[in-house]
Amino acid sequence: MGKQPKSGKNGSGEGLDTAREKMIGQHIGYRYDVNLLPDYDRLTPYLKAYMEFMGWDDLNWLEDVHLGYEAGEPAIFDRNINGWVRIPKSIDLPDNQQDRDMLARELLVRFQTSPNHPLKELNKAYRKF
Amino acid sequence: MAEIARSTPTAQDLRVQELGFHTESLKGRSIEKFFDIDLDAPAQGFSLPDAYDVDFKKRAEIDASNMTASVVNQAIRMLMQDGYGTIVIRNPGAKHSIAVGILNRLNLIIEGSLGYFGCGLIDGPNIRISGRVGWSCAENMMSGTVLIEKNAGSQFGAAIRGGDLVCKGDVGSRTGIDMKGGNIIVGGDTGAFTGFMMQRGRMVICGNAGKNLGDSMYDGTIYLGVEPASLGVDAVWGEMTDLDRQWLTRKLRMYDLLPQGGIGAFRKIVAGKQLWNYDNLEPTEKKMVL
Repeated sequence: MGKQPKSGKNGSGEGLDTAREKMIGQHIGYRYDVNLLPDYDRLTPYLKAYMEFMGWDDLNWLEDVHLGYEAGEPAIFDRNINGWVRIPKSIDLPDNQQDRDMLARELLVRFQTSPNHPLKELNKAYRKF
Repeated sequence: MAEIARSTPTAQDLRVQELGFHTESLKGRSIEKFFDIDLDAPAQGFSLPDAYDVDFKKRAEIDASNMTASVVNQAIRMLMQDGYGTIVIRNPGAKHSIAVGILNRLNLIIEGSLGYFGCGLIDGPNIRISGRVGWSCAENMMSGTVLIEKNAGSQFGAAIRGGDLVCKGDVGSRTGIDMKGGNIIVGGDTGAFTGFMMQRGRMVICGNAGKNLGDSMYDGTIYLGVEPASLGVDAVWGEMTDLDRQWLTRKLRMYDLLPQGGIGAFRKIVAGKQLWNYDNLEPTEKKMVL
């Protein structure tokens, strides 16, 4: 499995970086670089096919998706369930953030479009039209 | 001490509990959902659950001149149900709330102008508007593209979460207020308090910006082609990187907004991060920190 970011970025509660974080006992801000722009040379075939299907020239909303960390485990934030999805331990993480982000984007789309996604159940429960 | 009155759970409450959601504190707790992914398996499709299966080559037109906004929106949904992937709306007559709540891939062409709250709450469609738009265009947009050929009103892209929202002309004040992701691109000038309380995402302004650009921004990036009247509280100049330049060039070229001289004049504005007070401090403690 690939390396996690340095302590203080993994949500583990250890290694709080700044004096201010130490004072309040929690991290401030996002736990990964939300401003990192994607490197399009590292697109996966799945993401290329997804872009073509949607009629987009680029990753569109997926540009904002990054591999983050939840409870010390690599995870992806799924805005549709407002929660973190930890990635299977069987998947090896690439050794650089750009490739990790591309993997996160692919896994998130696969998860969101699968019949196992909680949105399927939520849709049944709450759909109004 | 007051007690919390608890009533018998309704059918809806029970349904929510069955789904694994509870009202207790989430701190230190996780909902365990197991999902195996085989990356070598072929894709099962790219649509969200319950999305309509549409074909971009199947085209239909709606003449909205004698229709209410609600009827226009229902007509769009019915056409998507029938598999139409390209829909043209003629004579929208600047009606409010047209093309809202589209959670599907779709090519939507609007020939004319929209009123308030046009294209709000969308997730997936590609929309092109040949005219102008009123206040709060594409509010809470989740993904897709919206391209406006002329000008836009205030609160353009309010609380946008994803996708590309592009206005080739000028826009009003509070552009991208509370934006949480995605990209807002303005070909001309933008008004006061642009990027107010911005939390994520990127904004590109090819022209000038009004007073208090990026006021109280929490994170995200603003690229500015000309000058701001002033920067807002906690908005500071950042350093352009090669990745910024590549992204900016590609994005502006996509929408025919790349200046003839390139992006050399663009500068970057980011959060100074002095207003990060999302914690449990009391107001007096916050004053001490600031």
